[in-house]
This record gives sequence, C-alpha cells and structure tokens, in this order.
Amino acid sequence: MVVGNTRLLHSGGKLSLTVVGQSVYNGVLIHYRPVACFLKGLRVSEPLLEVQKLFSERDDRVLFSQLSFTLNAGEIVQIEGQNGSGKTTLLRILSGLSRNYEGAIYWRGEPVAEVREQYCRELLYFGHQAGVKAVLTPEENLRWYAALSPLMDAAGIMEALQQVGLRGFEDVPCHSLSAGQNRRVSLARLYLSRAPLWILDEPFTAIDKRGVAAKERLLLEHARRGGSVLLTTHHELGIQGPVRKINLDQLAGTSV
Amino acid sequence: MNMHTNPRQQASEGMAGLFMATCRREFLLSFRRKSDLVNPLIFFLMVATLFPLGVSPESGFLAQLAPGVVWVAALLATLLSMDALFRSDYEDGSLEQLLLSPQPLFVVALAKVIAHWMMTGLALTLMAPLLGVMLFLPAEGMPGLMLSLLLGTPTLSLIGAIGAALTVGLKKGGVLISLLVLPLYIPVLIFGSSAVQATVTGLPLGGYLALLGALLALALALAPLAISAALRISISS
Repeated sequence: MVVGNTRLLHSGGKLSLTVVGQSVYNGVLIHYRPVACFLKGLRVSEPLLEVQKLFSERDDRVLFSQLSFTLNAGEIVQIEGQNGSGKTTLLRILSGLSRNYEGAIYWRGEPVAEVREQYCRELLYFGHQAGVKAVLTPEENLRWYAALSPLMDAAGIMEALQQVGLRGFEDVPCHSLSAGQNRRVSLARLYLSRAPLWILDEPFTAIDKRGVAAKERLLLEHARRGGSVLLTTHHELGIQGPVRKINLDQLAGTSV
Repeated sequence: MNMHTNPRQQASEGMAGLFMATCRREFLLSFRRKSDLVNPLIFFLMVATLFPLGVSPESGFLAQLAPGVVWVAALLATLLSMDALFRSDYEDGSLEQLLLSPQPLFVVALAKVIAHWMMTGLALTLMAPLLGVMLFLPAEGMPGLMLSLLLGTPTLSLIGAIGAALTVGLKKGGVLISLLVLPLYIPVLIFGSSAVQATVTGLPLGGYLALLGALLALALALAPLAISAALRISISS
C-alpha cells in the first residue's frame, strides 16, 4: 500500500510539472495544486483523472487540441462551451466510449487503457440518453443497473427512488412517466453508486428547480466524501464549493 | 468485505448474476412488447401457408420441397428479428451503460443472444412440426426437422447478432445486416435442410447433426467476442 502511494506520488509530481508548463504555453487557464506539496511529500489530494494534450476533431473541425487538466479527489469540474463545442465528445472520450482522440488519459497515474476494468468499476457515467427502458418500471430498470455494476447496492433501490421523488411510481412503466421523471430514474443511480468518479452529461435537463437543488446537494456531498464530478450543464450551478470550470470555446480551432 | 470469499469466485458469481439479470430483463422486455415476439412466428407461418397456394397444392411435390421451405422460412424469420436486437438499447442509451460496465461485455452479449434465441429460434423449432404437416412432410422427417432446427437456429442467432452489432450505429442497417450475414448462414442452411432430407429418405442423420453441432460450438465460442468487439466499434464512431 505504502509503496503504491509513493510511486504514484512521484509520477504525479513529475506529470504535474510538465502539465503546468504546457498549460501556460497554450494560455489555458487551469488551476493546479502547488508543485511544492509534492516535492515535500505532502499528499494534499492525489489526481484521480489526468488528461494530457487531448486532441479531437469531428468532420475536419478541431473540437479541442492541447487540452490538459487534472481532476482531483473532492473536486467538481464543470465543462463549459456553446452547443457543438465538443462537451459531450469530451465526456464520451473520458468515459472510454469514444476512441476518436489523440493524447493521454491517466487514471490514478496509470494509462486508462491499461486499467480499463478498474476504471469502469470506479466510474459512473450519465449520458445524453438516460438509458431507461420505457416498458420496464423504474425498479426493474435500476435492478438491472445494480447487476451491471458491482459498486451498486440493489438493496437501496427503494431508498434511491424515494430520494429522487419517485416513491409510489416504482411499479409504473416508464413510458407513462414524464420526461423529467424518466431522467430521475436514471439519476437515482447516483444515490445507489459508490463509484468515486461521476461523469455527468447534462444531468439537469428536464429536472425541476427543487430536483436540481437536491442533485446539487448530492454532488457537493459526493465531493465532500472524496469523490469527483465532471459535468456539463447549461444551468448555472448554485454550488458553493470546490467547483472549477473549463471552457472549451477557447480551445476550439477551425482547421486541421 | 468478506475475507472468506475469494475474488475469483466473487467475480464469477457477479458474472452469473449479470447473465441471469440480463436474460430476465430481455424476457420482460419482449413479453411487454409482444409484437416483437409474435412477428417472426407469423412470418414463419405465412410462408408455409402461402407456398402451396403459389406453387402447387399437390402433396408429393410439396413433400419434396418441405425441408428446404421450412428451413428457408426459419432462416428468414430469424434474420428479420435480428435487426432489433441491439437497436432499442442503442437508442435509449442502455448500450452505452452496458459498454461501461466493469463486467465482461461478452457475458451480456451471450445472455442477450440466448434470450433472443429462446423467443425466436426455439419458438420456431417448436412450431416447425405444424409447418411440416402443412407441407406434407412425412412423419419420419419430423425428428430430423426438430433436431436440425434445434442445433441450427442458435447458430443463426449468434451469427446474426454479429451483424446486428456491426450495423447498430447506422441509420438504415437492415439491408446491410442481410448482406453481411446471409453468406455465413448458407452452410447452416445446407446442412440443416440436408439433415431433414436424410431422415425422410432413411439415411443416417448423425453426420449432419455433428456438422451443425460443430458450427454451433464454433459460433458459441467466438461470436460473443465478435459481438462485443463490434458493439465497441459501433458505439465509438
């Protein structure tokens, strides 16, 4: 255990040194932990996810290039940008769904491709589509997700449905629920999951004000427990806490 | 965490649980959406009904054609149902969640195909004697028909699922899937209908069934891996 930490620490220290240099050169505003903490051997928070020089294009249009940032435990990072700026593409790349990129992604200091299984275990991805089957009930939907991921507890399904305000709807097929309620079924996974990294793509779409406030509290609570959140939303986050923003508009290019 | 259970055992329990959960989910889905369940069977029945009307109602002639007709109808009915296998999962986002599961993807792929086969291939096999009677297939041919379909239709489902996985990301994958998959269906069709012919004429059945079994074993071992690779490609683009 100790050996593992030390190794990670050193590699983390080296990596963040180089990353600082690159980010200043490219004029991208990203805050980093002071390098001195690493040199002294104090572990403030180890970077969970580290992205280096990420490049992606779609239809000969560069979405982002030289994108580098780290995501630490206990941090919430909001990806900003106008429609079509590549927010969803970035999240799909980081979650491992899309491979149309160049650059390096590290999970706890190891290249993501090498620790794929562990990474998937510790990741909760909430995509553009909610992933809810219309002919199944909320409970049946969640039960399958619990089987899919070992870090999800099937015993807490009722409690989670209560939390997202769907108690009493657990036996109603999802096609007779509203759009917002369908999103809530999928968001109930956040209450069930013990995964440290949450990647959320527009989680607040079609959710009412009270629901959004509850989800924001949940994100903050997750960050306090040492988890991290990477999300896109057009909604202004009302979270008072460790929220950092990365704007993709500044990184966009026009030609290859 | 419990110290007494070893991680390998835990992983295999998780996999078995996932396999069962996926099968149960697929059954629930198709029983709630009955049209998917009934469509291939109606198609199968229609072919057998229309064939005598179109060709000739004469019993000796139909008896000669029956093995081929039943097998072709079963093959096309399976092919018809294949396109929907991953389509709805793709459209509602469940497929993305599936790919991000730490559990091996081939387990879910295999579970989906097996559940799909039980609701198409197995149902077709159970319905086949009825078609045999309608087409004047001699009674000696029935065991051959059932056995060959029982061994052949899972192979059709497994191969078809590879095509479905490859074309799931395309807007109109239906035509492409037939082009991709039909050439691979041909050996199954040949050995399947030959097995029925053999039983009708009183020749030994073993050789054909062994070949069908070998094809099934090959498909069972390799297709789940091909399906998961194909799904990753489809989602990635």
